Amino acid sequence: MQHVDLLIIGGGPSGLSAAKMAAESGVKSLVIERNSKIGGQLVKQTHMFFGSEKQYAKTRGINIAEILIQDCMEHKDMISFMTETTVVGLYPDYVVTVMDRNHQYSKIKAKTILIATGASEKVLAFENNDLPGIYGAGAVQTLMNVHGVLPGQDVVMVGSGNIGLIVSYQLMQAGVNVKRVIEASSVIGGYKVHASKLKRLGVDIQTQTTIKRANGKEAVSSIIVQRLDDDWTFVPGTEEEISVDAVCVSVGLSPLSNLLSMMGCEMKYVSALGGHVPVIDQSHETSVDNIFVAGDVCGVEEASSAIVEGYYVGLIIGNKLGKPHPHYEHLIQDFSQQLDNLRSGPFGEKTRTGLKELRGDQHA
Amino acid sequence: MLNKTGVPEKSLILSRFPDNVNLGKPKAITECYEPIPCNPCETSCPFDAITVGKDINTPPKVDFDQCTGCGICVYSCPGLAIIVAQIKEDQAFFKIAYEFSPLPEVGETVHAINREGNILGTARIEKVTLRKKQDKTALIDVSTSKDFLHEFVTIRRMS
Repeated sequence: MQHVDLLIIGGGPSGLSAAKMAAESGVKSLVIERNSKIGGQLVKQTHMFFGSEKQYAKTRGINIAEILIQDCMEHKDMISFMTETTVVGLYPDYVVTVMDRNHQYSKIKAKTILIATGASEKVLAFENNDLPGIYGAGAVQTLMNVHGVLPGQDVVMVGSGNIGLIVSYQLMQAGVNVKRVIEASSVIGGYKVHASKLKRLGVDIQTQTTIKRANGKEAVSSIIVQRLDDDWTFVPGTEEEISVDAVCVSVGLSPLSNLLSMMGCEMKYVSALGGHVPVIDQSHETSVDNIFVAGDVCGVEEASSAIVEGYYVGLIIGNKLGKPHPHYEHLIQDFSQQLDNLRSGPFGEKTRTGLKELRGDQHA
Repeated sequence: MLNKTGVPEKSLILSRFPDNVNLGKPKAITECYEPIPCNPCETSCPFDAITVGKDINTPPKVDFDQCTGCGICVYSCPGLAIIVAQIKEDQAFFKIAYEFSPLPEVGETVHAINREGNILGTARIEKVTLRKKQDKTALIDVSTSKDFLHEFVTIRRMS
């Protein structure tokens, strides 16, 4: 059985940045990644990131992935990777069972575990939502930006959060006709700069509108959309049919926290953080000793926050294992300030409320 | 309106323009009205003309005395929310960010587009710049009628 000081589950932005900080602290880590490529969702994000220079703002997501991977490669002797490998079991004695690309099972014993599994897309219930041609926005980004395959020619985007708006723009860049973005809420969910960018391309964003049904035999051929009133009930007589060959659903993310439940970590449902999240304090350690979390798994946010959280937790783990980073105090403060800064505006309110709810009750 | 359609109100747009008198020289117009955590406009400006400040959620403010209209902020803005505007005689000149392929060619006549995505009239491509440091976001110099100064925001190729 392989023994490691730090096992990181998930090779996305927070997992990679945690590995880097742990390595700088002198802690060796093994990163387990389910996909063939490390980098998480960054590998399909072709747009420039927001934030400040410290979070690689104005760099495209795909290039941020390269930077984070390169940073890890500079600590080759400290960080190792297992890609196309899935964690299938996590036990109270800190033994982790994994299945590798050859479907071989093996066990790894870890002193500390960082769960950085990210989030998964929420689904939307409507009639015929299982017809071919109906995708989640993440799948569309993977198809288009990783594999170079278009999902269709005439698309309606359901949801106007940042992902919905950004993927709509990317679809337009790829030459796909985005017929409309519909949003059930009365206001656009994402950054208005993204909305304005779409609108000037001629894409209408229709609020208080939802998808009622998809039509088609072999695949989706049209959808029925309908207006909603202020109480979120259908407005009679406002049904409209739009012909499409693909529908993209982007109605939010929820933390991929199953492994934490498996390990017996105390969990809590916090709607503002996206769903079931582990109860943690400032140290990002769960109720189970030496099990840490970072990134979307403990509250859905932007990738820039996930990166900073990874750095932050990497430092804490180093310290916990008795190997504090040479600039521990300074860096902890810096990352903590960066997180506060990223979360301080109106778009950070959800996270602020969620974290309060999560941490407040714990101390009650 | 911005919240529901993505189209900013006229008063918001005008609030980011300097007086017409100043536009004899090119100036950056920042169309970033909402507090979002972002500041590459500030850090990319070589003339310290754009201020976001310590709280990176603060919308940018342009010091038009310092701004040279160089256009670096235009392709550095992740939201593609900055244009550079200038007036020369009866023509308005703009620098815009452009992320579509293929790029238009110098001398090409294109549609002038407003913030609602509608065609205002025609515009002429004056210059197309895409250096390595622009990281795939082209900077396009375009001229159109002075009448479109507050309406023009982008171009669409005729096909």
